[in-house]
Amino acid sequence: MKTKIIIGLILALAAAAFVIGSGKAQEIRGTISGGEKPRIAVPDFRGSGSAQRFMDTFNQTLWDELAGSGALTMVAKSVYPLNVPQRPQDFRPPSGNVSNGPWLTDWSNPPARANYLAFGYTGEQDQKLVLFGFLYNVGQPDITSAQVIGKLYYGSLDAEGAKKVAREFAADILQQFGAKSLDGSKIYFVSDRTGNKEIWSMDYDGSNQHAITHYNSVSTMPAVSPDGRMVAFTTYALGNPKIMIYSTETDKRLPFYNPVSSAVETPEFTPDSRHVLFATSLDGWVQICEADVSGADMRRISHVRAIEVSPKVNPKNPTQVVFISGRGGAEQLWSMNIDGGDLQRLTDGEGYVANPAWSPNGQFVAFAWTKGYEPGNYNIFVMDIARRIPVQLTHGAGRNENPWWAPDGVHLVFSSKRGQTTQLYTMLADGTNVQQLTTRGNNIQPVWSKAIN
Amino acid sequence: MRIQFRALGAAAFAILLVTATSCKKKAPVAAPPPPAAAAENTAPPPGPSTLAARINSFTAEPRSIERGQSATLRWSVANATDISIDQNLGEVQANGSRQVFPGNTITYTLTARSAAGSDTRSVTVEVSSGPPPPPPAPPSANLSGVDMLTQQAQDAYFDYDKSDIRGDAQTALQHDAQLLKQIFAADPSFTVVIEGHCDERGSAEYNLGLGDRRAQAAKEYLVSLGVPADRMTTISYGKDRPVCTDATEQCYQRNRRAHLSPGTAH
Repeated sequence: MKTKIIIGLILALAAAAFVIGSGKAQEIRGTISGGEKPRIAVPDFRGSGSAQRFMDTFNQTLWDELAGSGALTMVAKSVYPLNVPQRPQDFRPPSGNVSNGPWLTDWSNPPARANYLAFGYTGEQDQKLVLFGFLYNVGQPDITSAQVIGKLYYGSLDAEGAKKVAREFAADILQQFGAKSLDGSKIYFVSDRTGNKEIWSMDYDGSNQHAITHYNSVSTMPAVSPDGRMVAFTTYALGNPKIMIYSTETDKRLPFYNPVSSAVETPEFTPDSRHVLFATSLDGWVQICEADVSGADMRRISHVRAIEVSPKVNPKNPTQVVFISGRGGAEQLWSMNIDGGDLQRLTDGEGYVANPAWSPNGQFVAFAWTKGYEPGNYNIFVMDIARRIPVQLTHGAGRNENPWWAPDGVHLVFSSKRGQTTQLYTMLADGTNVQQLTTRGNNIQPVWSKAIN
Repeated sequence: MRIQFRALGAAAFAILLVTATSCKKKAPVAAPPPPAAAAENTAPPPGPSTLAARINSFTAEPRSIERGQSATLRWSVANATDISIDQNLGEVQANGSRQVFPGNTITYTLTARSAAGSDTRSVTVEVSSGPPPPPPAPPSANLSGVDMLTQQAQDAYFDYDKSDIRGDAQTALQHDAQLLKQIFAADPSFTVVIEGHCDERGSAEYNLGLGDRRAQAAKEYLVSLGVPADRMTTISYGKDRPVCTDATEQCYQRNRRAHLSPGTAH
């Protein structure tokens, strides 16, 4: 039963990715409905001259990007043919059954049984690293029809440049399969590694971690605007908890006028990036409100003697809001119209619910739930909002909270306490392929922003 | 059901109280044997041993104390199968000592029994009332309002995921209301911050709201007791300022609290 639900979820996610994907969709639909992901062989690339020094970095990055996408099956390197091509002209069609050199069937036949082959090489050109990257469909009869990608990529002649060209090449490959590249996307989160909770930023793969705030206070609960240009968060830097908004382009604070209240928290942007929903203490209870991004024109949405936090607007239906409400007892996941009407409880009343997050296609909500466990022992769940069937993705491995969707709609980032400290991890939306992103201090409350172009 | 239990408990307590009172009244009435002679007699009498129980010694040191101090009872018994001291000290070993903290002059009786015969001996500890405790310091004399608040205010505790003021929290806040009125009277500019805190189990987001609610509930209760609302502000720290970090209910309870701290002007 559970397996069926998970498979259903994967198919739904894959189908969603496919709809917004590229023109090659026809071929991919066949693969997905067949129940198998395309098999890709990625032999190690070599570099000529000074470029060779950076090829370990390059090969590792390229492999991780493709493997981590969840869109492809990586053919193990141990079953590759010995004769690996580096350029299209290395291929030599066999004479009958007699091999004349590398050929497509070397890769499509057992034991490799690959559908695709990524190959190429790097070299130094004008003090730059240049990658000659190729993707071949090895099921084709000749190299002309086999070529899917043949392209040059340029980067600086160092490890960073090697990573850059590997990511760009991987992004082009993934695009062929309807998978969105996460290259350029950023994760904002909270870290206490300096001794105080501050808002931090990093690249989607955990690199380039740096602090955005330096208040030496408690700054938490970041939200990122859908256009990627603003980060809002809750901070004690001014005394009582208040909302601040920063520009991600300048790392400078933008004006936001907080209501007069003992607590203002859990900001979230609307899909048009022009308004903010948040929770604020009114008449003794924390309630859901909306204002524009400067804090003006504030409007109270909920009117109930209960604690209500974490409003999240459906990115594809800006009138639908999910939020956490304590009305009726233990806090649960609820849905309402942005005018406060059409209230519905989405979880069954068991346990405690926290941290709802919409998938980019507006079809799923990920959240943390203690259902089946003691209070405080959260696990990550994903719910198809139309069918209201929750699927559990983590199963008691530590305390798992703060799920957030990647812009590709296929990955989730979340926090988990699996030892003495809480760290950030990514996984596919079916709960597999868990990767740790952070190690220093405690790191919580990640939100994933698309790349700004 | 719970009310019945409470009624039973109250009845049991009343019985205990009556028993305790009657014991106290009896003590001075019972005529103790001459204490000096009894207490000094420590040498075992010579002669052939007998199976009758015999108390070799039973002393109190010192014989007179001030209230709040302690005295030590010592005894040595031979041939006994059953040895006990009254005043709720119960059964004891043949040779031993016990520290006692009597509130009033009291006589302890040691009884040693065996099949062949028993022996008893008593010793009295004189308790003088001692000097009276010092009066509470006047508010303005030594203790500032900040000192009074930080030393004397009591935290109000809450149930998990709740902001209702429990019975024990009412008692704490009633104490705090008196304290605040005293402090405010002495210092017209004094303000107080009511902090709301939570244990670590709930989510950070909800706990910030819950801590706010707890602080508000405590404030509302203090206002109902006549504490001026405009001298009190609230702040929620959610689970960011725990007083302990153990994963035990005892620690969770200590963190689910409303706490009073001085306003920023002080």
